[in-house]
Amino acid sequence: MHTQWNDRESLIHPASAPDYLREEQLRKLQLQRLRAMTRHAYENQTLFRERMEATGVTPDDVQTLDDIRKLPFTQKTDLRDTYPYGLFAVPMSEVVRLHASSGTTGKPIVVAYTTEDIEVWKEVMIRAFACAGLHSGDIVQNAYGYGLFTGGLGAHYGAEALNATVIPISGGNSERQIMVMRDFGTTAICATPSYFLHLIEYAEKMGIEWPDLPLRAGIFGAEPWTDEMREYIEGKTGIKAFDIYGLSEIIGPGVGMACSEQSGLHIFEDHFMIEIVDPVTDEPMPDGEEGELIITTLSKKAMPVMRYRTHDITSIIPEKCECGRTIRRINRIARRSDDMFIIRGVNVFPSQVEAALLNVEETLPHYQIVLSRSGGMDQMEVQVEVTAETFTDTVRGVEAVHKQLSDAIAHILGIRVKLTLVEPNMIERSMGKAKRVIDNR
Amino acid sequence: MKLKQLSVFLENKPGRLRELCALLADNGINMITISLADTEQFGILRLIVSDCEAAKSLLEEKGFVAKITEVIAVEVSDEPGGLRDVLQVEEAAEISVEYMYAFTIKSGENAVLLFRFDDMDKAVTALQSAGFKVLDRVALFPNTEN
Repeated sequence: MHTQWNDRESLIHPASAPDYLREEQLRKLQLQRLRAMTRHAYENQTLFRERMEATGVTPDDVQTLDDIRKLPFTQKTDLRDTYPYGLFAVPMSEVVRLHASSGTTGKPIVVAYTTEDIEVWKEVMIRAFACAGLHSGDIVQNAYGYGLFTGGLGAHYGAEALNATVIPISGGNSERQIMVMRDFGTTAICATPSYFLHLIEYAEKMGIEWPDLPLRAGIFGAEPWTDEMREYIEGKTGIKAFDIYGLSEIIGPGVGMACSEQSGLHIFEDHFMIEIVDPVTDEPMPDGEEGELIITTLSKKAMPVMRYRTHDITSIIPEKCECGRTIRRINRIARRSDDMFIIRGVNVFPSQVEAALLNVEETLPHYQIVLSRSGGMDQMEVQVEVTAETFTDTVRGVEAVHKQLSDAIAHILGIRVKLTLVEPNMIERSMGKAKRVIDNR
Repeated sequence: MKLKQLSVFLENKPGRLRELCALLADNGINMITISLADTEQFGILRLIVSDCEAAKSLLEEKGFVAKITEVIAVEVSDEPGGLRDVLQVEEAAEISVEYMYAFTIKSGENAVLLFRFDDMDKAVTALQSAGFKVLDRVALFPNTEN
């Protein structure tokens, strides 16, 4: 299909060299950086020092990588409570950039970068793009939002530093996105997976045939998505869909990235140290077992973040990756401990519903979960849009689709919930992160 | 010998059918006949209109799911036994009806029965060899070009 796929796979971008470090070299580097970072945070971040003093731990107590467990966790609320600049560890004269989270659940979180931090960010983004087989000569359409959101500028500078051509189109204006993709010869696109689904619909409406476009890779992130969604996107468009992971609190996009094996995400461990803990007991979890991902920044000067609780649920993949990178991988993050809701005593993640819907052939994953309460009972309704493919013109046909979807959800969740087929476009399209759950309880 | 029919998915909510009718009316598309199959959750609207393709694009632009399907139009005289006679032919040929609806062209003269059978080609042959008049588009729309 796309013969140029990974045509330079044998060439390793110089920035990617740390991805191939020998294990002991990498751990040595991590320890060195962890100790320096602990000291830097201790000396310059009041909150961190106070917490260390409360437990009597000093930076000197960090002698091995396991000693990281002696350090206090950082919570999202810590970033909020110290809004806006309370966690900055350098004078403002050294801060060259500010970004902020969307603040959908309260006050935004402000994050800072020194010149050096921006360089690190660029480097991890080059390494991320290189994981997806991108290189100089690629034309990268950056449909992540520009502005305070880290996605836009993070991907922008990374792609530029890779020496690729960047189209800084930002999010929205779908018709223009498709036109640009066709006319400018875009070979890779950065977007949230839900926005790209929207673009797929648009392209169909405009009569665009995917094989006619030179697009061969999608770098999708900024929201949890599933393997089923990846298969759907790849099946529809013939491109390769890569998962990128990052969060503003840590640096932005570029904390982790899927490689050509497309099995889990490599974490750029020389800059970000990862742990998996039991979200309830905080006990470390062995490799391969699921828990909450904890990240410590190992090189960030402006705002070090020690043992950040991501609320993202994943596990470390113990096996070595076929791609040859030695930095470890985590499994795709499809669930967040704070996305979970409980319905009739059952824990439900939106991603489970998505996986169920996608398992039923030819279902376009435009769906929404509506939670309500009636008669003291929690009710869950899944609304799924009917498409030209799923609509047959007989009642029997539509009811069969309804039953298939309903059964698939019941099978995954273990409970039967209400399923409603709705007309297309009844569910609001998002230009950024998709809102999957509407809780009216 | 088959006729194009437009099928539309409708959510059961007030005003939706009216919106659809208004859209077609505003664009000068005439409905020859219409049938609505309804369930608790949704409805399927089936229409024979003067311009099927145009109606489909209009509806899709407004966010409806619309599909063009084929039906067979059989003309019978508007008197007791008209439908029975057609069904007898189909039964003998071992064909089943998926759905059907009907309209009369001029009361007391002729009725047109619209059928969706499980085997459309076989149905046409069976009806024609039994002497039934299977209408094509020209017969139904004498005043239109296509």
